[in-house]
Amino acid sequence: MKSPPLPARDAVSGDRRFRGTRAAQLVPHARLAGPMPWVIAIMIALTVIAAAGGLALSNLVSDARADLAGGITVQIVEASAAERERQTRQAARAMAQDPSVSAVRIVPPAELEALLEPWLGADIGAGGGSGAVPMPALIDARLRGSADAATLQRLRERLRSAAPAARLDAQSAWLGPVFSAINSLLWLAAALVVLLGLTSAAAVWLAARSALGGNRATIEIVHLLGGTDGQIARIFQRSVAFDAMLGGAVGLALGLAAILLLGQQFARLDSGMVAGGGLHWQDWLLLAAVPLAGIVIAVLTARLTILAALRRMS
Amino acid sequence: MSSAAGDIVRFDNVGLRYGTDREVLSDVSFTLNPGSFCFLTGASGAGKTSLLKLLYLAQRPSRGVVSMFGTDTVTLPRARLPGFRRRIGVVFQDFRLVPHLSAYDNVALPLRVSGVREDDLHMPVSDMLDWVGLSERAQARPASLSGGEQQRVAIARAVIGRPELLVADEPTGNVDPDMALKLLRLFESLNRLGTTVVVATHDVHLLRKVPDSLIMRLDKGRLSDPTGALRYPPRRDNAPDNQVAW
Repeated sequence: MKSPPLPARDAVSGDRRFRGTRAAQLVPHARLAGPMPWVIAIMIALTVIAAAGGLALSNLVSDARADLAGGITVQIVEASAAERERQTRQAARAMAQDPSVSAVRIVPPAELEALLEPWLGADIGAGGGSGAVPMPALIDARLRGSADAATLQRLRERLRSAAPAARLDAQSAWLGPVFSAINSLLWLAAALVVLLGLTSAAAVWLAARSALGGNRATIEIVHLLGGTDGQIARIFQRSVAFDAMLGGAVGLALGLAAILLLGQQFARLDSGMVAGGGLHWQDWLLLAAVPLAGIVIAVLTARLTILAALRRMS
Repeated sequence: MSSAAGDIVRFDNVGLRYGTDREVLSDVSFTLNPGSFCFLTGASGAGKTSLLKLLYLAQRPSRGVVSMFGTDTVTLPRARLPGFRRRIGVVFQDFRLVPHLSAYDNVALPLRVSGVREDDLHMPVSDMLDWVGLSERAQARPASLSGGEQQRVAIARAVIGRPELLVADEPTGNVDPDMALKLLRLFESLNRLGTTVVVATHDVHLLRKVPDSLIMRLDKGRLSDPTGALRYPPRRDNAPDNQVAW
């Protein structure tokens, strides 16, 4: 015969937060068997690839802009080889005398031929020999500043008297439409990253609601035993955080593998422009932060979903 | 509105309806003093379980005032409800044990929720399981326990937090007469330790076993209280002297 062994009043409450593995026991969760980590892995991989694409394009545009910002090209369009050569020299001299010009180089005929060889074939005679195709002479010049409209206008006026057959163009103007198209791609990459983030959040939202529904009876019990919404939400947050960490790691690995593979493919193109589209160390850090952002989004989504659902419960 | 000083429970003209249906409880008014023992009776569908849900704060009334431990719980912010629920122990008719937790973990759950450290809860949980005769079955899951064993785990879970109010919904509905009597003696024992006990039952034989108890009878959602004794009950003293064996 014995009395109920009730604990002392001050022994039935404490300061330890209901969390960790003990709390997680309440919601059994087959982590690897569930689809959540794999959904997150795919989302993170796609986000990493989209972000890397965007960053590479951004670098490409920046490098190209810096490269072409002060570059101008003068063409001497003259059928007579002798006159063309004379005007070319005069134009180069006139350009070099302008204070805004930092360097002037007459593109040698051999270099011009090499540039045009893929389209026109070898031995086109840009130098002006017998049977030569009459090609314009080219002068490559660099400005101290950027090729703004006023500078270009002044240089054109200076060339008009020295070399009437000269046509001056800013190199950046040629690639304007290309930059515009690349900018569109940049926006597309940013939009993809945002959409993938939203899709990940939606997937977590569905999974959290499903988990809540599947454990409704247990949650009601915990509520009735005095469990708070925060305690219950933390159980689900923990589970989602583990899923997101696992999915994030796998997704980052997949994404990086894809980027390295694509990088190697583009490197083989040996194109000057594509070479400018590499990733800097800051970019790699940003890509490494994608799974961390994914974990934060997943945990926040799970918390807000669970708290909202709990508020509708008793 | 606050209840009279010392009241554990006070219902004033409480009504409850689910959605737009008719009221399942109408104009229910009663008071429970600390240490009182109360039976709640009535036919099936009379509203016993709904009244118990209001008592263990699983539900808020559609109208009227429900005061628990001197505080109006109808207007109580949701964030403060857990603190009140920890002062109430509940034995559900269907036990509602967490199926994937052992008997030990089920009993330990209220203490863990209340922030008791693992080191500090081992002894009270083991003692409680020993007291209900289940120390050998501490690691068993509910599915492997008999109905009576599950009932005892549910009771151990309900009382381990030293509730000031114990609410039991048809606790003898799934057990044989001997076990029913033992459960009743357990509730009396807790009552004598100062816990206010409310037992919902339609077993009229049980009522006679506790002579000093209050009896609330619900009929179609209305409380029968012709003398007003439920609304203004006389106070009684309790002395912690009872002993129970399984």
